Amino acid sequence: MNLAVRDIRQNFGRFALTTVGVGLLLMIVMGMGGIYRGLIADATLLVEAVGADLWLVQGATRGPFAEISRVPATLEDRARSVPGVAAARRFVSHTVQRAFRGRPLRMVVQGLAWPEDAGDWIPLAAGRALRHAHYEMVADRSLGLPLGTEVPLGKDLYRVVGLTQGMVGSGGDGMAFFTVSDAQAIQFDVPGEATRLERASRRARVGGRDLGRLNPLLLERSAGATAEIPALGPPQVSAVMVSLQPGLAAGSVMDTFAAWTDVTVYTRRQQIDLLLSGMVDKARRQLGLFRALLVIISTIIMALIIYTLTLDKIHDIALLKLIGARNRVIIGLILQQALLIGALGYGLAYWLGTFAFPRFPRRVVIEPPDLLLLAGVVAAISVVASLIGIAKALSVEPNKVLS
Amino acid sequence: MSARDTEPLAIEALNLTKIYGSGNTEVVALNDVTVRVARGEVVALLGPSGAGKSTLLTAVGLINPPTRGRIWIGGELVLEADRARVDLRVFRRRHLGFVFQKANLIPFLSAEENVRIAMEINDVPAREARRRARELLDYLGVGARATNLPAMLSGGQQQRVAVARALANRPSLVLADEPTAALDSQRGRQVMELFRQVAHEQGAGVLVVTHDHRSLDVFDRTLEMEDGVLREGQAAS
Repeated sequence: MNLAVRDIRQNFGRFALTTVGVGLLLMIVMGMGGIYRGLIADATLLVEAVGADLWLVQGATRGPFAEISRVPATLEDRARSVPGVAAARRFVSHTVQRAFRGRPLRMVVQGLAWPEDAGDWIPLAAGRALRHAHYEMVADRSLGLPLGTEVPLGKDLYRVVGLTQGMVGSGGDGMAFFTVSDAQAIQFDVPGEATRLERASRRARVGGRDLGRLNPLLLERSAGATAEIPALGPPQVSAVMVSLQPGLAAGSVMDTFAAWTDVTVYTRRQQIDLLLSGMVDKARRQLGLFRALLVIISTIIMALIIYTLTLDKIHDIALLKLIGARNRVIIGLILQQALLIGALGYGLAYWLGTFAFPRFPRRVVIEPPDLLLLAGVVAAISVVASLIGIAKALSVEPNKVLS
Repeated sequence: MSARDTEPLAIEALNLTKIYGSGNTEVVALNDVTVRVARGEVVALLGPSGAGKSTLLTAVGLINPPTRGRIWIGGELVLEADRARVDLRVFRRRHLGFVFQKANLIPFLSAEENVRIAMEINDVPAREARRRARELLDYLGVGARATNLPAMLSGGQQQRVAVARALANRPSLVLADEPTAALDSQRGRQVMELFRQVAHEQGAGVLVVTHDHRSLDVFDRTLEMEDGVLREGQAAS
């Protein structure tokens, strides 16, 4: 005869409310773990998806994700010349926030090294990859831009030709893929007045020197478009991604790049480690502390309820002892109730989570090992929560029945 | 020749003394009390409040050991002063049955389950426990209420279920502490007669603490207690 279940039947309302409360708390604990996993997934998504073997970034920096990195676009050609390199692509990434249709539109602009890279590796949920050098974009669904939408960025309109699902940056902002030149146009776009002021400034600087006064052509060029000034290099990119020839170990190629003092080279694994240790670590610790607090709170609430339920039937427990019940009968009665609250709360947390988590603004990733770990934690806190009740029950004297 | 040398008594308690407190606060609740109840015998324990009746009952019920004295139950020495010779909890569930002023039924168990629980904690198989619980409830006239929770039973019915629980493990001794105090006279008498019936038909010794002098004719013998001292009363029937 299961005394725990029969007692619960009698006190169903209180038991159900407790279970719901514990379930909601556990759902938050579960969600916190999922948010952490989501942070990792978001942070490493692009590095994993883009498939580069090596990353060349600005020397002595940990770019392009953990900090700003600027390398000349020509680095791409230098990298291609290294034996063992199969391909090199420019990488441009920056976050913009613009107003679109009356609401803020925040996106991570990713540049694809068109035409070598049209973004065919991007997992599309709808539409197609880029097919033109300019004015097309592939956007993540989280940006809320349907196919065919034309988005004004800088001085141009970009048409959404493809949609991705769940491609977000480490900050949780949806990604949008453009050609590198479009991405740079968006990044370095300045208002016309600023351009005019810069050109006037250049002209004044050149005109103030002999070189400019003696060479009218130079004076004229200095006041023209930046791209038409041969002495100025093209805009810089964030990094260069390198793919190695199949089957080749990275060691010798890395040694070559490591000898270039203007850049720093990272493998894909190192780049992921930089992302996790730099950007996600504090969030992980913060979420971990919050989870620990919630677990403690859940334990206290469960302990309180189990203790109250035990006090309510202390007379019955005394009677059971009087008629000779073993301690394990009494311990089982209390422990089973605690475990039932824990198990049902856990189940409820999981069930509610399947509805709630997809609606969270950030990705929530619930993985089986985390679920198993949490199940173990719930079992442990159920046992801990029942200890005070058990201690109380075991200390009661059988003759309390007579009082 | 001692009684225990012949057919074992349901209980034989010799020279029980129970002292609470010490020094100036010392209270002698039992003063060299000797009590014997034979199998199949129904004995009433009378006395004013504070006389020590309940203390004697808890002492021989192995709940509250005496300070001095020895207790045999069913011929087995179980307690010598406050030293247990057996596992008291095991002994209680195998050999003793208790009935109290209030029925003390477990509120979340049905009448049948309240009887079964006493057997199941004594390792009686579930099917056998169910059968015997039904049998006992029928025997005590509450078989029709077997599936009801205690809250759905009258006071008399609850007390009958409590008697059934006390008899569940075929105890050699049933101890009852004012079992009719919460019942009207008619139902009180029914319960007392039930004890007599149980004692005579099942061979258990029954020791009942009571204030109810109207039902004394039901008992084989009465004992009277005052200020911790026990003396034999008059034969009741």
